[in-house]
Amino acid sequence: MPKLTTPISDDEIRALKAGDPVTLSGIIITGRDAAHKFMIEHFIKNPIAAEDQALHDELKRLLDGGIIYHCGPVVKKNEDGSWSFVAAGPTTSIREEVYQADIIRYFNLKGVIGKGGMKERTLQACADQPAVYFHAIGGAASLIAQSVQEVLGVHKLEFGIPEAMWVIRVQDFPVVVTMDSHGRSIHDLVEARSKEKLAKLIPA
Amino acid sequence: MNRFNEVDLSDHFLELIRRAATILPNDMRSALEKAKTKEESGSAAEDALDTILRNVEMAREHSTPICQDTGTPIFEINYPLGVSTRKLADAVRRAAASATQHSYLRPNAVDSLTGKNSGDNTGIDFPTMHFQEWEQDSIHVDLLLKGGGCENVSTQYKLPNTRLNAGRDLEGVRRVVLDAVFQAQGKGCAPGVLGVAIGGDRGQSYIKSKRQLLRPLEDTNPNPELSALEERIHQEANELGIGPMGFGGKTTVLSTKIGTLHRLPASYFVSVAYMCWANRRAHMDLRLTDDAVEVSYA
Repeated sequence: MPKLTTPISDDEIRALKAGDPVTLSGIIITGRDAAHKFMIEHFIKNPIAAEDQALHDELKRLLDGGIIYHCGPVVKKNEDGSWSFVAAGPTTSIREEVYQADIIRYFNLKGVIGKGGMKERTLQACADQPAVYFHAIGGAASLIAQSVQEVLGVHKLEFGIPEAMWVIRVQDFPVVVTMDSHGRSIHDLVEARSKEKLAKLIPA
Repeated sequence: MNRFNEVDLSDHFLELIRRAATILPNDMRSALEKAKTKEESGSAAEDALDTILRNVEMAREHSTPICQDTGTPIFEINYPLGVSTRKLADAVRRAAASATQHSYLRPNAVDSLTGKNSGDNTGIDFPTMHFQEWEQDSIHVDLLLKGGGCENVSTQYKLPNTRLNAGRDLEGVRRVVLDAVFQAQGKGCAPGVLGVAIGGDRGQSYIKSKRQLLRPLEDTNPNPELSALEERIHQEANELGIGPMGFGGKTTVLSTKIGTLHRLPASYFVSVAYMCWANRRAHMDLRLTDDAVEVSYA
């Protein structure tokens, strides 16, 4: 099973095929609905405001060859002020479809982690960049939280704990590549097959 | 006046929430174990179920949430004559806030206008509570934690439905429910449980469909027609081959439960409550003894 560590190279990404189980290590950043909308509106579609510049530069650095994780974790504040991840499974990715391709290109992401898969625009960005879609096991929150070694920081905490951008160091985070950089998507395959079957079960 | 009104029940509700969030019911776990044996050895589907089962063990051991989306807490409460539902609701809300502090629940209540998270799982009509007076002396509580991913793929059909050639009969119901499973693909965290309600107005129909999720997986519908339909939909949904997490595989649905409501002559709704594999439900009975409250959990 391939073991990848961020920052990930283009060659490593091109070698991955839909269906491959992989483990991920290194620094990744969580981001879901509010974070994606924010990055598009404040970094990509509009000039960067002075107060957002530092965050922009930090994300540019961390996400170059890096990964965004679609996740709204349960996080605990420790007595010394540090944070621990308690539960951290993936959230449904399709809500970010409108934003994802632009964000992959802008930051040179090598992957996003989520669940449920994504559609054409993201698949195209994966082929171009290159990047892949990593599918984590939905609901496996306690198990995945165990792979989070350290919470390095948090941005946009004003979005609330689930929507904030958590910078974490993970070790051997288990995922499956379900959309690769060669245009293949397990989600499209399964959907097409189940559509044929459905047509037989409920004929017109 | 009922003596329950003088007791603070919030700690019992807190324990109920902890159990629901961290311990997967035995029937769900057994069904997942069985599903794992059916998948091809070495497949992504088998691997997904293996990860799920390891996660379930870990959550129970560490008393941490099975899934980080601890969902909408839905309380179904039966209470005896004279118990204040206002006080019960207050105890539930305090327990939800306390459970959030203990990290049993993620802060999950967001103001729909401002987008601000209340931070403690209380808000406008949050958590969900339904009260029903009954003839017994005890209080019985069912709690369901319904995650957002599977709630988003839950749906409601109005029959007749031309696209699916679904009329106002059980064959029509079968057609729309299978369509719902197809539309959901893996996005509701398959393998899931289907709660189906036939009839009612739109609101009651959805509530009834969620109540089906509280039924034990192994129970049998007392209505033979519905029982047969539950079995058929269960089997056919699995023939779709969507599989765990939508990776492709043999088990897409672990069980189907169907209930009915009376409806208007003009309306025929079919509601499908899709529940993820983390069908987190817990039950509590509270009884008054001479000087205390006796609690049992299930």
